[in-house]
Amino acid sequence: MRDGREADMSTKLMSADSIIGKSMAMTDAPLKVTGLGKYTDDLSVRGMLYGMVLHSPHAHARIRAIRTARAEALPGVKAVITGADAPTPYGVLPIGHDECCLTVDKVRYVGDNVAAVAATSREIAVEALRLIEVDYEVLPAWFDPLESMKAESGWIHETKPNNIEKEYHHEFGNPEAALAAAAFVREDRYYAGEVNHAAMEPHSTLAIWEPDNRLTVYSSTQVPYYLHRTLAEVCEMPMSQIRVIKPLVGGGFGGKSEVIPLEITAGVLAKKARQPVKITYTREEVFYAHRGRPITYVDLKMGLSREGKIEGVVARVVQDGGAYCGYGPVTVLYSGALLGAIYDISNVRYDGYRVLTNKPACGAMRGHGTVNVRFAFESLLDDLAHDAGIDPVEVRRRNLLRAPCMTVNGLRVTSYGLPECIEKVVERSGWNEKSGKLPYGRGVGFACSHYVSGAANPVVRSNMPHTTVHLKIDRDATVTLFTGASEIGQGSDTMQVQIVAETLGVRMERIKIVAADTDRTPVDLGSYSSRVTFMAGNACIAAAKNMREQIYTAVAKRLGCEAAELESRGEEIVSAKNPALKMSFDAAVVAAIDFHGALVASGAYTPPEESRGGKFKGAGVGPSPSYSYSAQVIEVSVDTETGHVQVHRIVAAHDCGRALNPMTVEGQVIGSVYMGLGQALQEEMVWRGGRLMNPTFLDYRIPATLDTPQIDCIIVESIDPEGPFGAKEAGEGSLAATIPAVANAIYDAVGVRITSLPITPEKILAALQAKKKLASSGNGGAR
Amino acid sequence: MTKELLQLKVNGELREFAAPAHKLLLDVLREDLDLTGTKRGCDDSSCGACAVLVDGVPMLACVAIASCCQDSEITTVEGIAPPGTLDPLQQGWAQEGGSQCGFCTSGFLISAKALLDRNPDPTLDEIRDALSSNFCRCTGYMQIYESVRFAIERGKEKRAAECAMAGKRT
Repeated sequence: MRDGREADMSTKLMSADSIIGKSMAMTDAPLKVTGLGKYTDDLSVRGMLYGMVLHSPHAHARIRAIRTARAEALPGVKAVITGADAPTPYGVLPIGHDECCLTVDKVRYVGDNVAAVAATSREIAVEALRLIEVDYEVLPAWFDPLESMKAESGWIHETKPNNIEKEYHHEFGNPEAALAAAAFVREDRYYAGEVNHAAMEPHSTLAIWEPDNRLTVYSSTQVPYYLHRTLAEVCEMPMSQIRVIKPLVGGGFGGKSEVIPLEITAGVLAKKARQPVKITYTREEVFYAHRGRPITYVDLKMGLSREGKIEGVVARVVQDGGAYCGYGPVTVLYSGALLGAIYDISNVRYDGYRVLTNKPACGAMRGHGTVNVRFAFESLLDDLAHDAGIDPVEVRRRNLLRAPCMTVNGLRVTSYGLPECIEKVVERSGWNEKSGKLPYGRGVGFACSHYVSGAANPVVRSNMPHTTVHLKIDRDATVTLFTGASEIGQGSDTMQVQIVAETLGVRMERIKIVAADTDRTPVDLGSYSSRVTFMAGNACIAAAKNMREQIYTAVAKRLGCEAAELESRGEEIVSAKNPALKMSFDAAVVAAIDFHGALVASGAYTPPEESRGGKFKGAGVGPSPSYSYSAQVIEVSVDTETGHVQVHRIVAAHDCGRALNPMTVEGQVIGSVYMGLGQALQEEMVWRGGRLMNPTFLDYRIPATLDTPQIDCIIVESIDPEGPFGAKEAGEGSLAATIPAVANAIYDAVGVRITSLPITPEKILAALQAKKKLASSGNGGAR
Repeated sequence: MTKELLQLKVNGELREFAAPAHKLLLDVLREDLDLTGTKRGCDDSSCGACAVLVDGVPMLACVAIASCCQDSEITTVEGIAPPGTLDPLQQGWAQEGGSQCGFCTSGFLISAKALLDRNPDPTLDEIRDALSSNFCRCTGYMQIYESVRFAIERGKEKRAAECAMAGKRT
């Protein structure tokens, strides 16, 4: 059996003075702490125009006519565009090319993009938008997914009957029979409100029309490659004429992982005006651009044996996708694929529906597709554990996988640190002394979660490498790393520099990184689904090994030894057989360039065939080369007078394979927990008739310092056999456990089960009152 | 739009520029003075990314009128340490993971600077309070507290060294 302790070479560290596993400041920290680093909106160029977008005031309406003549005549206006200027539909998925940067026929949500202007000042742009006249024919609109999927006619997209974007039906084993045989069976409906990424940096794009008829686009994107491709399609230009550059990005969390309309609109405006155009969204526009986590209904049924084994799971999930496809089918597939795959469960049925409504499109958000179903699953499992009289932690212990293994739905699990995560948080939190034992009003909750280390299949099915990196070394012995991977704050630049330095046995300061510039760097599929450490990390190892071999060949010749006996560490190339035989890295580089003529090397990563999942419809989403695991204990107090929940402490353990840079791993885990806590207790986009009631940070309340409790992170290292030095995902997997752990803690504290997110004081008070009523009528349960 | 000739004392330098009298301090800093370290993260003075020191007091530049600040000393993130050096807070933010995406960092540094200037050894609760008007979406704040603690420790060491020096002299 391959467990972490018998990992192959690529997971082993180079030497005792390894820089892997040591906390490193991020390579771009000096730029960030001095304010000198440039995000897209910090850039300006001579002759730059201000771009602005006219948004729809209607949720669903046909556009009869748009008159732009008055706007065009306004002095200072350099370009006005409508859907007719860029009619090519696009979308992140090949099956979902259903949106245009400016809508062509009708608007489908309040905020939909109708027209855009580029002008010499912001004030003129605002005035120009006012002068555009749009003649709308208002149509009936759908706002509730459960109603929308009953629609007989007047669909949001004519090609999507009953407003159903996509539905999937998966069955493994025999869930009906398993539930019938189970000792304890429960079912419940769970609801999760809609949440937004709320990255601190609003979307911004600067598009520059170059004198040689090329287009250069700086954008706050997680995926320069998708933007590059989409710009080429919509602007009807070859990709070779377009350059996409990602400057510093102020957070993504999925919100910048598909093309946002302004990114294309800026390009089209620049092309038309033959001038640079910058568009930066207001915070309100960011909320309406959205692509966040959808409103989700989860009808979940689960059966437990007397011994606590999960016998069967049946789930029906309806997601409110908003008006366009986006990542929708992927989201609903992730919900099904990762629903049960964290545990050893043989019988699972999943019915997932992605429904269109007249609201902004939802999309990928941290923990993509897994978060709301995990809330339901871990809540219901908690209830079943109480039914069976088994400790909630113990019931998880009795359902663990044994890695390496294949889950019933075809996910290949290569490393599984969940058992260790569970024991670590139980110990650190004092779970055994607290669970069910704290005074009324105070409680502890437990839950687990998991996530992919990148998708094993790209959105466009192909055998392309998911990432490629190049290295070059010149006579000055500077190592330059060219990578398409996108640093968005998660530390991927640092991680890649660290891996290249480790593999070459040199200091990190020797490595210069050129990243995310499509003219200069090879394709990387982007910073989403927690793929970069695993994939770009492995590509960096491959490239650096290749480079090392070239250096060894030349050094061996010079030193008169075998290349195979050479090692690279501490800025020296040393013979393992005879340590007196050695050469400094600088001298070795000169020798190698003299020998080879040039020093360049490449590395790529493609997920192995056996990690890519089954053959059934929808089997492509969920498979990953590796999975992360998390377990959490959360302690809360509930004020039974006000319904207010105070979170005292969160203990989270995360299995990241190997912590290449423990400081950034902890930052990712704590950040995930923090975001989960926001969704658990306070964040919700509130909709009325297609209008967002809270498109501001005053009203959409992300947690501030005073809302955030002590969060402890425990790193668990299962050493994945295929991860770079054994590493896997760290940036998303912990989010999902936080929400049910809060719900379970509230149950432990006051005995009410809240099945709707966010868990507001109002919901808790209503549940407490309902419980009181039930008790006074003689049916109240314990606690 | 009519522009006026305005003067602002920013990071110790007197800067002259022409702008409408009602132009926001944030826009003046970013557009007229090329000090883009100060960020705009929201529309309604709720995120704290645009915090600057006005006469040593943290203020939101997105709701301050530049022409009304002409008698004040303004410090932005670019000015909290001499060029080429880092304030202990900036070192802390880099060393302890206070910055992930970094977009909120300038505002946090300004709030933290104001705190340590008036209270060099704050408790965790005092740090929490002082930073409660700044949002960070990445870190969950724990490493931000570590970053502030780093600077507090540096400050203690510096004061101890100064005391020792003073002791030697006398």
